Amino acid sequence: MIEVRNIYKSFGENKVLEDISFVFEQGKCNLLIGESGSGKTTLAKCMVGLQLPDSGAILYGNRNFVQMNFDEQKKIRKEIGMLFQGGALFDSMTVEDNVMFPLTMFTNKTAEEMRERANFCLNRVKLPNAGKLYPAELSGGMKKRVAIARAISAEPHYLICDEPNSGLDPRTSIVIDELIKEITYEYNITTIVITHDMNSVLEIGDNVAFLYKGHLLWKGNKEQILHADQKELIDFVYATKFLKEFRKRVVE
Amino acid sequence: MHLLYHFGKYYLLLLRVFRKAEKFSIFKRQLLLEINSLGIGSLGIVAIISVFMGAVITIQAAFNFNSAWIPLYATGLATRQGIILEFSPTIISLILAGKVGSSIASEIGTMRVSEQIDALEVMGINSANYLILPKLTAAVLINPFLIVISMFLGIFGGWLFGVGTGVVTSYEYIYGIQYQFRPFGVTYALIKTVVFAFIITSVSSYHGYYTTGGALEVGQASTRAVVYSSILILLFNLLLTQLLMA
Repeated sequence: MIEVRNIYKSFGENKVLEDISFVFEQGKCNLLIGESGSGKTTLAKCMVGLQLPDSGAILYGNRNFVQMNFDEQKKIRKEIGMLFQGGALFDSMTVEDNVMFPLTMFTNKTAEEMRERANFCLNRVKLPNAGKLYPAELSGGMKKRVAIARAISAEPHYLICDEPNSGLDPRTSIVIDELIKEITYEYNITTIVITHDMNSVLEIGDNVAFLYKGHLLWKGNKEQILHADQKELIDFVYATKFLKEFRKRVVE
Repeated sequence: MHLLYHFGKYYLLLLRVFRKAEKFSIFKRQLLLEINSLGIGSLGIVAIISVFMGAVITIQAAFNFNSAWIPLYATGLATRQGIILEFSPTIISLILAGKVGSSIASEIGTMRVSEQIDALEVMGINSANYLILPKLTAAVLINPFLIVISMFLGIFGGWLFGVGTGVVTSYEYIYGIQYQFRPFGVTYALIKTVVFAFIITSVSSYHGYYTTGGALEVGQASTRAVVYSSILILLFNLLLTQLLMA
């Protein structure tokens, strides 16, 4: 479980996050949704220490990440797997080496054991034959899957995915969503997905937080979101003409 | 104020770079890769430039020393002094600032804008230490060898073209390069080389590491890395010459 309490963050005069409090539950897909610029990625970056919040607490279990020193934060970070928007695979390494990388750095496993684990993770994301390829040889969807394999290779307790579906076609998006859901339930980890894709919300949104201009306006789940009566959330969920029509006919 | 801000940020980055490496075996592997990439990879250009510059210095010296009062071996002497004291340590370091410095800044800058550095940080890896320390150590270890090779090839190039074009005889040239040789000249050159190697890698890494934006900014960081490394090399050349030779 990760809990954020009263998080504030600003860049100069620009207030990006204001009084954000939310509990990301273990064994569930927790979704942070909102328009571009609403503060989702900034909140995620604060949670992994890539940015410092101005005030507030970020609790991993009962350990406050914000008050830790560099070495204590490092311990927590080793429990986190993160999927970046662009994959962030290391260009100079093969897919197999990318997946093995966290193991190489932090475990004393033999090369054979690490290779075995890497291949297991690649199989898990349905890329059994991609080990010898370089990231430049992969499609966008494959890169995301390799990034997921790398994120889970060191058996993390927390998985944070920053817009896992961005730039992907709808079918590949569904594959990625299903993969994230399966991994979350299978390993009982705390997963946080940052997205503005409503298909993902309806597919995997066990626990959803809606951010709007740096404020947390709504909390709920995928069943509740279609019937929410929060104006900004309605505008976000039913953004297209088709969905507006759908709401008029079905929901209202 | 701007200068102080950058100096402080550079200093803080170096503090992170010089922390203990995550795993020594990984550091050793990275170090060997960097020695190959930064050192062995630069050998070709260093060799070509050294041979031709040695030749030009010899021919220029021979034509300018065209006087009955200047002994013929002065051509060899001038070539030796020019190559060992300034050309090899300083000019080759400036060339390496262009070649190696831009490569380091663009490599680290690209890793920054494509979130690869963020990925390292999130994994709990000290990215500054992991990426920069092997480069810095490799340059400090391998550049003195490059410079010694450059000295040898520069003096050899001077002999080859000097004797080949007939501006100096082999005996006079060799006598000149041995005349009143002080080994401290080589020590002075190697001290400068180590300092310049540190400047090239650390300044270029700094510019790459703090790149923000996209491809355009990576290019700008690469240019800045070369410009600032070159200026600092010239500044430290003056300081070290005054300190070591005065």
